[in-house]
Amino acid sequence: MTLGSVPSKFKVSIDRDQCMDCGRCIENCSYGVYRREGDKILIESRKCTACLRCVSMCPRDAITLTEKPVDYRSHPIWTREVREDIIKQARTGKIILSGMGNVRDLPIIYDRLLLDACQVTTPSIDPLREPMELRTYLGKKPSKLKFRKTESGDVELETKLAPNLKLDTPIMIGHMSFGAISLNSQLSMAKAVTEAGTYMGTGEGGLHRDLYPYQDHMIVQVASGRFGVDIDYLERGAAIEIKIGQGAKPGIGGHLPGEKVNEEVSRTRMIPYGSDAISPAPHHDIYSIEDLVQLIRSLKEATEWKKPIFVKVAAVHDIGAIAAGISRSSADAVVIDGFRGGTGAAPKVFRDHVGIPIEVAISKVDQTLREQGVRNEISVIASGGIRSSADLAKSIALGADAVYIGTAALVALGCRVCGNCYRNLCPWGIATQRPDLVSRLDPEAGAAQVSNLIHGWTMELGELMGAAGINSIESLRGNRNRLRGYMLDEGTLKVLDVLPAGA
Amino acid sequence: MKSVRIDARGMHYTPLNQKIRAAVADGVEEIILDNVLGQRFIGDGLRGNVRIIINGVPGGDLGMFMSGPTCIVNGNAEHAPGNTMNKGMLVIHGSAGDAVAHSMRGGKVFIKNNIGYRGGIHMKQYDADARPTLVIGGTAHSFLGEYMAGGLVLVLGIGKEKAMTDRGIGSGIHGGEIIIRGDVDEHLLGVGAKKFKFTEADLERIAPIIKSFCEQFGYDPAEFLDTNYTKIGPASSRPFAGKYVWE
Repeated sequence: MTLGSVPSKFKVSIDRDQCMDCGRCIENCSYGVYRREGDKILIESRKCTACLRCVSMCPRDAITLTEKPVDYRSHPIWTREVREDIIKQARTGKIILSGMGNVRDLPIIYDRLLLDACQVTTPSIDPLREPMELRTYLGKKPSKLKFRKTESGDVELETKLAPNLKLDTPIMIGHMSFGAISLNSQLSMAKAVTEAGTYMGTGEGGLHRDLYPYQDHMIVQVASGRFGVDIDYLERGAAIEIKIGQGAKPGIGGHLPGEKVNEEVSRTRMIPYGSDAISPAPHHDIYSIEDLVQLIRSLKEATEWKKPIFVKVAAVHDIGAIAAGISRSSADAVVIDGFRGGTGAAPKVFRDHVGIPIEVAISKVDQTLREQGVRNEISVIASGGIRSSADLAKSIALGADAVYIGTAALVALGCRVCGNCYRNLCPWGIATQRPDLVSRLDPEAGAAQVSNLIHGWTMELGELMGAAGINSIESLRGNRNRLRGYMLDEGTLKVLDVLPAGA
Repeated sequence: MKSVRIDARGMHYTPLNQKIRAAVADGVEEIILDNVLGQRFIGDGLRGNVRIIINGVPGGDLGMFMSGPTCIVNGNAEHAPGNTMNKGMLVIHGSAGDAVAHSMRGGKVFIKNNIGYRGGIHMKQYDADARPTLVIGGTAHSFLGEYMAGGLVLVLGIGKEKAMTDRGIGSGIHGGEIIIRGDVDEHLLGVGAKKFKFTEADLERIAPIIKSFCEQFGYDPAEFLDTNYTKIGPASSRPFAGKYVWE
């Protein structure tokens, strides 16, 4: 090889005056940055991923981490990333895989949308003393209600209602499978959503028996690999989600490498120990919208029409028409996953270049469904890059019923977004199956942290609504009048159906 | 044996399945469905050991997610019978459509005549108890055993000069085996599929399946108990290894 090495991404140093030589950095770093030689702790910066485990565990704040200690000659087009990708592919001739979500510095529409508040002419509401209705029902809503009078003179509902999920807050946790993440991560989140009165997804990794106590708050997933899917699994879930696509990698399937398939993962996914688990790009029984109807109905029929069925798609160019098709397919909710959505592993070119922003996708889907008079037929769940209660409030104002969070929940568990999820070495015990690392995450503490996050966002959402004079989530949903665009181009504003600031 | 007869004429699949479930809950051991015409999802998610005789042509996804029962179809079947089936048996006295036994994890699907495209697609196995078997008496269209991850697909080619003439056999296969009567032209194999010698040990292994199939359809098993088969399996159990490099 004539290419040599590329510069180290990070430089780690220890302030030797501060260091008390306790060795916690050595114990905590699963990437092998630190080692002891004689009475000295030596550092190998090249192995560092900036997961910050050592920094957070050092009792003396003695560790400093510098990004890009040696950089390339600056160039606006031939960036460091571009140059390094070329070098990597020149070495290997392969497809580059990456973890977490889109890393491109593209404008974030959420950050260019501003929320409204009441001043003088309309009063705001104080959530401290007035109830804020955040309860959200996901599933089909009847277009009209029929009542009948009983003999005793009471009024009875005649319309048969479709099963709905009842959420105390419009924040759910998206699908991250056992295998991609650890059981302790799933347990932490399962306890948190049960406590918070909301739901989380299993991903396509089956439902581990330790999660059975929380099954009423679990949405089970059916993806193209059909891993872990049997009638028992379908009956346990509160709802069933068919995964067609994922925002981080629209149009392609998934692939869990055999190294991650240990005994528990094997049993839960119902695949042989150590074998690759390949989820093909398409479902092989779905080649048309009619086939989607058939899969949805097969799931409803198997579970005796007691469960809502969600269909998850990646946000792509024709998302309006796609969602309109899904709304006519017997599905109870459509999940749209934007191009900033996270993943354990995806080809970099897909993660960074395929799909569209969730903000425009939500708005387009909501508008299309309303224009076609079918918005009541289906709930809209948004996911992919929702980072705060502000993103949540804006998503709902653009037309979503609820959101799924993924990365945000992992950050609440300790994740520092280092993006090395695929290496099975996650020092926070999240994206790993290594028992010593998994045991670092205490499900009780993890549950409290995730539950705190959901609680904090829920309160902030109530405050934002109160300030805007809104006391019910239904009045915020699709209420674009409470949004203004700032520094957004005319085309984007038109698609969002949002006025510019000042208008 | 406790048996009931249900006339399915003009009945939607949901009430039909409700009747089947009610009968099973009632301890019925045999259910005879008459005048079945295109009702989908028969036996969908059904558990137990009931035997369902289907007189007519069931619609798509017969026995989907099924875990235990046996369905005997006196007629043809539509697409994907045995879809994601877990346990039990489907016996079809005719032909079936595309994606037969799609993602099946356990149990048996026996088809007397022919099947459509992508038969046995993504069939998988978990352990000794969960090893699915698909047997086709006639022939199959393209992409038989595509993406296969486990289990057995057997094609007998009864009444055919060549058991398989369509291409893409075992495309993307990474587990399990496809066994075809007679020789198979190399160009019919899909990406990642490889021919292996069919041995006496293989015959011994599949003989009980051949006998069971012949018993269902009244063939003489002796005709099929030799080593004139081609075995097709994965060239690698890691078809995607070597395709990627990490960031």
